[in-house]
Amino acid sequence: MSIKSGIPGQLKLRPRADRQTDRAAAAALPAKMTARGVKVFYGAKQALKGIDLDIQENRVLALIGPSGCGKSTFLRCLNRMNDTIEGCRVEGRIALDGEDVYGKAVDAVQLRARVGMVFQKPNPFPKSIYDNVAYGPRIHGLASGRDELDEVVQTSLKRAGLWAEVKDRLREPGTSLSGGQQQRLCIARAIAVSPEVILMDEPCSALDPIATAHIEELIDELRANYTIVIVTHNMQQAARVSQRTAFFHLGEMVECDDTEEIFTNPRDERTQGYITGRYG
Amino acid sequence: MTDLVEQDVAAVTPSPSPSSSPAKSRLRSEAFARRLRARHAAERRFRLAGAAAVALAALILVLLLGSIVAKGASAFLETRIRLEVTLDPAEVADRNYTALLRRALYAQFPQVTDRAGRRVLNDLLSSGAPYELEAMVARDPALVGTTRTVWVRADDQIDQLVKGGYRRDLPESERGLSDAKVAATDALLASGALAQGFNTTLFTAGDSREPEQAGIGGAIVGSLLTLLVTMALSVPVGISAAVYLEEFAPKNRWTDLIEVNINNLAAVPSIIFGLLGLAVFLGFFGMPRSAPLVGGLVMALMTLPVIIIASRVALKAVPPSIREAALGIGASPLQTVLHHVLPLAMPGILTGTIIGMARALGETAPLLMIGMVAFIVDIPHGLTDSATVLPVQIYMWADSPERAFTERTSAAILILLGVLILLNGAAVILRKIFERRW
Ligand SMILES: Nc1ncnc2c1ncn2[C@@H]1O[C@H](COP(=O)(O)OP(=O)(O)O)[C@@H](O)[C@H]1O
Ligand SMILES: [Mg+2]
Repeated sequence: MSIKSGIPGQLKLRPRADRQTDRAAAAALPAKMTARGVKVFYGAKQALKGIDLDIQENRVLALIGPSGCGKSTFLRCLNRMNDTIEGCRVEGRIALDGEDVYGKAVDAVQLRARVGMVFQKPNPFPKSIYDNVAYGPRIHGLASGRDELDEVVQTSLKRAGLWAEVKDRLREPGTSLSGGQQQRLCIARAIAVSPEVILMDEPCSALDPIATAHIEELIDELRANYTIVIVTHNMQQAARVSQRTAFFHLGEMVECDDTEEIFTNPRDERTQGYITGRYG
Repeated sequence: MTDLVEQDVAAVTPSPSPSSSPAKSRLRSEAFARRLRARHAAERRFRLAGAAAVALAALILVLLLGSIVAKGASAFLETRIRLEVTLDPAEVADRNYTALLRRALYAQFPQVTDRAGRRVLNDLLSSGAPYELEAMVARDPALVGTTRTVWVRADDQIDQLVKGGYRRDLPESERGLSDAKVAATDALLASGALAQGFNTTLFTAGDSREPEQAGIGGAIVGSLLTLLVTMALSVPVGISAAVYLEEFAPKNRWTDLIEVNINNLAAVPSIIFGLLGLAVFLGFFGMPRSAPLVGGLVMALMTLPVIIIASRVALKAVPPSIREAALGIGASPLQTVLHHVLPLAMPGILTGTIIGMARALGETAPLLMIGMVAFIVDIPHGLTDSATVLPVQIYMWADSPERAFTERTSAAILILLGVLILLNGAAVILRKIFERRW
């Protein structure tokens, strides 16, 4: 996929019949992660009111919806980042490969290595570019020896589409990169520990259009090896990068379907209202 | 790909608001210009006031330092007397070095033969001079039997006279120094047998009743030992407490209570810590009085809240996004803190620690309570030896009436200030080093 020409305002879709067959096929795809009746409370305040959602393997799921509807909250349930928030309580069941991630057998630290995360604001460590990428493999003992670590760093940076730009300056601080490069560095850092799922919370909202196009292209390539969930406020972005889209509204998941379907044929009028820009 | 369905999904462009002309004209009115001038004038006044405040502070600092330097600078010089000493083996065997020195001094004043005159001459020499000679012989026994030129310390009154501490124009009774001593000193000066040199005694010696033999060596060692204990205790405990409270402890009523108490503790007058040390360390645990160990423990209690508060502030200043980044790739909470948060907070923690240490170094009150105010001649060699510290030494010297002690008090203050400036300089350099790592 090349960088989309111009500012993409339009969505290209395929014939309805094709889409219907795809839909049937898609529904049959195995789910990498499943959420059933997920409720989240911040103290007394309920942020999610029972979410049921399947996240299919090697596909990109986009979460859309107005601000404060609980997209980030849901995303942070998937790798238990909510554990770090004081007063946050999660109910319901979230499974990774059929195993309850909130179960006793699962360690949050290990889970977060399997389910990586990229944040809204690029947050590289104030260390060198190399150390940023090498940190995960180091703490998880994924590389034995210097050469292997170099190898991991290089492949991760290549996958993140950053290698060509930084290969001569691996010792420079990660914070010296531009915003878009920093975000790709964060993606490289996340994939360096070979996660199975990558969660992205509005990864492009702090970036300019060109950097955004870079990241979108990257997401499409990463889909081959990883399962990706992306939160976005940008409808075109959801349409461009995702195969499935879930629309959240006031703590509920209103509908989840193939992206093309959501954008052309939303079942719920709230979805329709949101994607046509009536509110949001 | 046929039958393309196209759909516009985002067509929200905010319409630019037209610039209103009434507002424009108001911005050009006379009233607006007046207000603008008033605003600029206010700004100028504020800057002037600020600059004046800075100038005042600088002036006070210069006055303070100036007066201390003026009073204390001369203490870095000491006056010595040149003597041709014949090291008679018999006298050396008797360790009668006083007689040897006096004999050499009398030889320079052949006209003085009476007892009273000789007593004046005896008083020119420091009572520590025989020990200097003894040390010299001990270092080089081959000196025995030869005649050598030696420079020994003069008495503090002679030292002060040479430095201009006594007014020669006053009558003997008001001067505080006899005419005979002045005359003898002048005679020595004229013959070149009196000279000033750098005062090493000030740095190497312990306390003494004789000003010319008194130094801050003992106090410096005492301060170092005390600070060592303080640092060994309060730095690890303080940083660990701060990390636990800031990064791991749940936020509930108990941690709130602890936080309030730590803040209160930082405001407790230092003498209270001395009372506590007296009651607990000396009274209950029976630790030795005047010991750097106890002083260090008391100071550690005192600096602990300072370090905890500074460290917590530094930890709070580390952006949460760094913690999320580390946790997000599967670092454990402890790894997150040790690898990322703590290094980032280190400059702030170091600054807090050094400020705490500087405060401990300059503190006297709690040490008075645990007996570190004693007159101690020997330089301490361990944590349980009797010792005093630099500020207490200053406090004790400031009480002494001798002119020479006044001078040494100022000199000791200068040295203490110097050490504090060095500490702060070290803080700045350490911060720079830590910051450069990223
Ligand atoms: N740490 C928190 N503490 C309390 N309430 C929170 C916290 N984070 C999010 N919320 C609340 O939960 C709701 C969902 O937030 P969020 O998941 O961030 O929404 P979104 O990402 O869709 O904009 C919001 O009403 C928000 O105010
Ligand atoms: Mg959000």
